[in-house]
Amino acid sequence: MSPTRSSLPPPLRRLVAQCSAEVGMTMRRGESLLLTIGIPVILLVFFSEVHLLPTGTAHPVTFLAPGILALAVMGTALVNLSIATGFERGYGVLKRLGATPLGRPSLLGAKIVAILVVEVIQAAVLVPVALGLGWHPTMGGAGRAVVVVVLATFGFGGIGLLLAGVLRAEVNLAAANGLWLLLLLVSGMLAPLSKLPGGLQAVAKALPAAALADALHRSVGLGLSVPGWAWLVLAVWAIAAPLAAAATFRWE
Amino acid sequence: MSVPSPAAVQCRDLVVRYGSTTAVDGLSVTAHHGQVLALLGPNGAGKTSTVETLEGYRRPTEGSVRVLGLDPMSDHRRVVARMGVMLQRGGVYPVMGPRRALALFADYYDDPEDPEALLELVGLGAVARTPWRRLSGGEQQRLSLALAIVGRPEVVFLDEPTAGVDPEGRIAVRRVITELRDRGACVMLTTHELAEAERVADDVVIIARGRAVAEGTVAELAAAGGEGGIRFEGPAALDLAGLRAALGAEAGTVTEERPGEYRVDGPATATRLALLARWMSDRDLPLTELRAGRRSLEEIYLRVTRGEGERDGPELREHQRGAEPHGRSRSRR
Repeated sequence: MSPTRSSLPPPLRRLVAQCSAEVGMTMRRGESLLLTIGIPVILLVFFSEVHLLPTGTAHPVTFLAPGILALAVMGTALVNLSIATGFERGYGVLKRLGATPLGRPSLLGAKIVAILVVEVIQAAVLVPVALGLGWHPTMGGAGRAVVVVVLATFGFGGIGLLLAGVLRAEVNLAAANGLWLLLLLVSGMLAPLSKLPGGLQAVAKALPAAALADALHRSVGLGLSVPGWAWLVLAVWAIAAPLAAAATFRWE
Repeated sequence: MSVPSPAAVQCRDLVVRYGSTTAVDGLSVTAHHGQVLALLGPNGAGKTSTVETLEGYRRPTEGSVRVLGLDPMSDHRRVVARMGVMLQRGGVYPVMGPRRALALFADYYDDPEDPEALLELVGLGAVARTPWRRLSGGEQQRLSLALAIVGRPEVVFLDEPTAGVDPEGRIAVRRVITELRDRGACVMLTTHELAEAERVADDVVIIARGRAVAEGTVAELAAAGGEGGIRFEGPAALDLAGLRAALGAEAGTVTEERPGEYRVDGPATATRLALLARWMSDRDLPLTELRAGRRSLEEIYLRVTRGEGERDGPELREHQRGAEPHGRSRSRR
C-alpha cells in the first residue's frame, strides 16, 4: 500500500498504483531493460564511435541520436508493451483484473502513462550519452519532438496491443521482436531513408517508424519543421492502430 | 427454502452454451450470506461456466444470474467492489511476488485488508518476494485466495481452491473459508473432490452435464442408508406389470401408493432409473417427480461421475421435470 493512499480519490489511487506497478515491472525485467535501455545505448555508442553506417554526416552521432531515440520509443511502446500484455493475457492476469474495481479504462490509462514514464527514463539515459558522444541537439525543436513522440507512442502501442490481443503469448513474443527488427531496417533510424531502394522507401514512409525517425531528425536534430507526410502518417497510425486493437482484443 | 434477505448469489434456470456445446443446462442455485456452498462435479460438468457467468465474464445464454441482487455484467462496477474472485488458474503477474501483488490489489479497493496480515494468514511470509512463476502450485493457489479476499468481499467465488494444494495449504484454505463465513460472507466454491466439499461446505450442489443432480446440506446428503427404492409420480393407473417387467423387478415390488404416486422397492440403481425413465419416455408419459432413496453423498457422487451412460442418476430432490433420459431439450418453467 502506498503511503499516499488516503489522500487520493479512489480512481486516481488505482491509476497511480497500477502505473507504478507497470513501470516497476518493466524496470525489473531483464529483457525489458535490455530492449528499452541496453540495445539503444549499445547501438548509439557503437555506431557513433565505429563509422560503419552511411549516416551522411561527419559525426555519426548527429544522425544517430534522434534515430536511436525513435528506436527507444518503438521498443517501449510497441515491443515491450506487446510482449508484457501478451503474457498478462496468457497468464490470466487481464481476466483476473477484470473482476477488480480497477476497470479497463484505468488499466489502459495506467499502461499509457507507464510507457510515457519509461520513455522519459530512456531519454534521461540516452540524451546524456549522446551529448557525451558530441551530439548538439536543437532545443527549439523539443516541443515538436514531444508531440511527435506522443503520437508515435499511440500508434506503436496500438500495433503492440493488436498483436498481443489476438496472438498466443509465445507467438506474440516472436512477432513483436520480428516486427521491431523489420521496422528498424526500414525506418531511417540507423541510416537515411534515401539509402533504401525507391519502392521500399515508399513503403517505409507509410510506416510510423520512419515517420517518427524523420520527424525527430528534423526537429531536435536539425531544428527544422516536421514534414506534412510525417505528421499525417503518425496521426493516422495513432488513431487507426488503437481502434483496430480495441476491435479485435481478446481479454482471455 | 424461504428467503428472508436477498440472496447473495442466485442463478435461475441458467443455460450457458458455447456454439453448439451446452455447458450449463438449466441450473438454479441460491446461496446466502454466511453460507459456504460447494458446486461439486466432475471436470466438464459446468461448474466453471456457472461461476464465471456469476463473476460477470459471460452473459447467460438463457436464464438469469444475480450477485448481491445485481446483474454482474450491467452492474459490473458495483459488483466487483464487493466480490472476490479466485480463478482456476493464473491471474497474477508472473514477475510479481506475493507481497507486491497483495499491496497492488489492496490499492484497487477502498477498505482493504492489511496485505501483510493476509500474507501471514495464508502462510506466504517466507516467499513474500518470490515471483509468481517460481512459486509452487500450492503457494500460487494460496496467493490467489489471498488476492480474492483482500478487498473484504461480501461474496467470494473460489474455482477449485484446493486443486494441487498440499495438505498444509489445504488447512490454510479451509481456515480462510471458515473465517469468511463467520464474518457473514457468502462463499461459493467449486471442487471435484467430494471430501473437500464435505469438509468446507454447508451445502452442496452436485452438478453433472450442466444440471444439478442432487443438492442439500452436507448432513442431509451424507446421511447414509435410510429407505431405499425409487419413488416417482406420473399419470394414474400405469401398467404396473409392464413396468415391472421392463425393470426386471420381482412381483409386488412396483406399487401405486396413491393415484399417480408410485414406489419401486429394491436397489435404486442408475440403470433402473434409466430403464424407468425410458419406459415412461417410450410411452410419452410425463415423469413429474423422481426420487431415489436417501443415500450417501459418495454413492451419489460416484454414480454421477462414473456413469457416462447413466446420465440421469438418482436425485435427492426433484430436479427433473421431463422424462427423456438422454434429452437436452427438457422444458423449462
